[in-house]
Amino acid sequence: MSITYLEAIREAQYEALRTDPNVFLYGQDISTFGGAFKATKNLSREFPGRVFDSPISEDAMIGMAVGAAVEGARPIIEMQFADFSSVGFNQIVNQAATLYWRTSTPCPITIRMPSGGTPGSGPFHSQSMESIYAHYPGIVILTPATVEDAYWMLLESVKLNDPVIFCEHKFLYYHLKSEGFGESLPIGKARIARPGRDATVVTYSAMLHEALKSAEELQMDGYQVEVVDLRSVKPMDTDTILASVSRTGRLLAVGEAFPWGGVTSEIIARVSSEAFHMLDAPPMRLNSKDTPIPYHPNLWKSHRPTTSSITAALRDLLRY
Amino acid sequence: MILSRILEEKLGSLYRAGGRIVGGVYLGRGQEAFSAAAGNNLRYGKDVYGPLIRDQAGRIAYGEPLLDTLRTYLGVVTGPMRGRDGNIHRGRPKDGYMAMISHLGSLLSVVAGALFARRLRGTLEDSVGATSIGDGGTSTGAFHEGLNMAAVEKLPLVVSIANNQFAYSTPTTRQYACEDLVDRAIGYGVEGYSVDGTDLLACVATFRTAFARARAGHGPQLVVGRLLRLGGHGEHDDASYIPDSAKHKHEARDCIEVAKKQALEFNWATEADFRTWEEEARRDVDAAQAIASKEPTPDPYRETWHALSTSELVEGQHG
Repeated sequence: MSITYLEAIREAQYEALRTDPNVFLYGQDISTFGGAFKATKNLSREFPGRVFDSPISEDAMIGMAVGAAVEGARPIIEMQFADFSSVGFNQIVNQAATLYWRTSTPCPITIRMPSGGTPGSGPFHSQSMESIYAHYPGIVILTPATVEDAYWMLLESVKLNDPVIFCEHKFLYYHLKSEGFGESLPIGKARIARPGRDATVVTYSAMLHEALKSAEELQMDGYQVEVVDLRSVKPMDTDTILASVSRTGRLLAVGEAFPWGGVTSEIIARVSSEAFHMLDAPPMRLNSKDTPIPYHPNLWKSHRPTTSSITAALRDLLRY
Repeated sequence: MILSRILEEKLGSLYRAGGRIVGGVYLGRGQEAFSAAAGNNLRYGKDVYGPLIRDQAGRIAYGEPLLDTLRTYLGVVTGPMRGRDGNIHRGRPKDGYMAMISHLGSLLSVVAGALFARRLRGTLEDSVGATSIGDGGTSTGAFHEGLNMAAVEKLPLVVSIANNQFAYSTPTTRQYACEDLVDRAIGYGVEGYSVDGTDLLACVATFRTAFARARAGHGPQLVVGRLLRLGGHGEHDDASYIPDSAKHKHEARDCIEVAKKQALEFNWATEADFRTWEEEARRDVDAAQAIASKEPTPDPYRETWHALSTSELVEGQHG
């Protein structure tokens, strides 16, 4: 039985609804239609009265989730596209993220964000918002890259007593398959996706697969590249990153989000300030280009990091 | 109303004296009748309340103890916000008493969400939610999204709009272009009421109807009160932008004076009763202030500095 990343997300929601009567789903077109990507297919039929079509109101959707969470519910909110969460930004960073700090009231909400690009999606259906939200205290930001993580981390998100931004990658929805849900590490732990000794790539989400292919390519030239999958960008598992860099002495941080600030710069900052003495080369990073995300596949493929651009960056890093 | 006015006079004088109140002071002078008439329909611990900036009177009517107010304004650790947030932002969400954020309109959907969850869990019963906003806040997207969503979900929510004619310094002509804010109601499919916000009896009657309709399952109710804010935006603001012409209009009546006159006229109370109530209020406020003033302020070395409730996911400081 082969399960896709998208099916894992659907199954995790099924399981959350089945095991906890306090869980409900709220989002645009998620009820009978099953969601723009079908991540909630059949759930309204299987759990009548617990899966709701919301008005197009990202601000109100998140505010509503906060109020519901205060009352003991565990809402899962689907942002149709991660990009649209900018309309609910205030409720996420000011309402949900500050609630526990201000009032000691936990805010268990899960906000699913179909993130990242696919060919032909253009500037408003392709963004990676994890860096934006990670900037704010009071939110957990998860970025699963595998079918197993998509399933287990979503289930754990719903159980967590804090707001979770769940960045699921659209490109992985159908491209990624697994034979089952297997096992998963706890939230907050990074995973060595591929061991190596010559350089470390720290990455997450869809970029993990590009980085793994790149490590594969470089193996033909005799290089052993270690690939770290962050899994959770906040909290960030600094210990695993530092341990890897201490083995390899070289660091490349790769992310699909825009280059200015963000997750990759955070990785570089932590390694530079805490493990400068372990580095044999200046740490590098690779992000998408600093322009809005293009529509045509030719442009899109060059806009975000790919196996070939990661390989080129790694060659520079290894040659230093 | 009287207790609210006297409490706020105390807060104003503490602010002007300097030293103890940490942040700004934002008063509801002139809005007590409208606010209290709404809060009076709410049961603490049973109904959901998301008050806003000028709702001291509503908070008291709802059942918030004076100590919560003083402790929050003084920033002491015994208050509901423990020095982490101040003044009008206070609340106790677990009791259904939502803690506002400064971003206007954003509480509408939060109160609606609490009601939504109660209905889903089968605990709604006859409980109702209420929140307020000013004329300025009605311009925000959050207000429109929240009211529309509450209407779509047919939630028992009463939204009060205190049209006090100035959003900080901006007059209503720069805030909305419709004739009357109550006209908004029809656009959302909710029931709307317009009331003289300086007239306690009118406010009481209007809110009684609105809350009864909400509790009976008629969906959100929108109550617009016409009044004038009798002071600045906060105590730092002398409100010099409010023209004399506005101060002479009907809306500029002091609702407490109006209520007092009504009570005396109908023989519901005597001058002596009012003197007794004022003395009691002063005594209660002084007692609460005396307690709160002696309580400890936050100690940064004892602070957990945890923004997450799941402490194992809190990150250390990375430099």
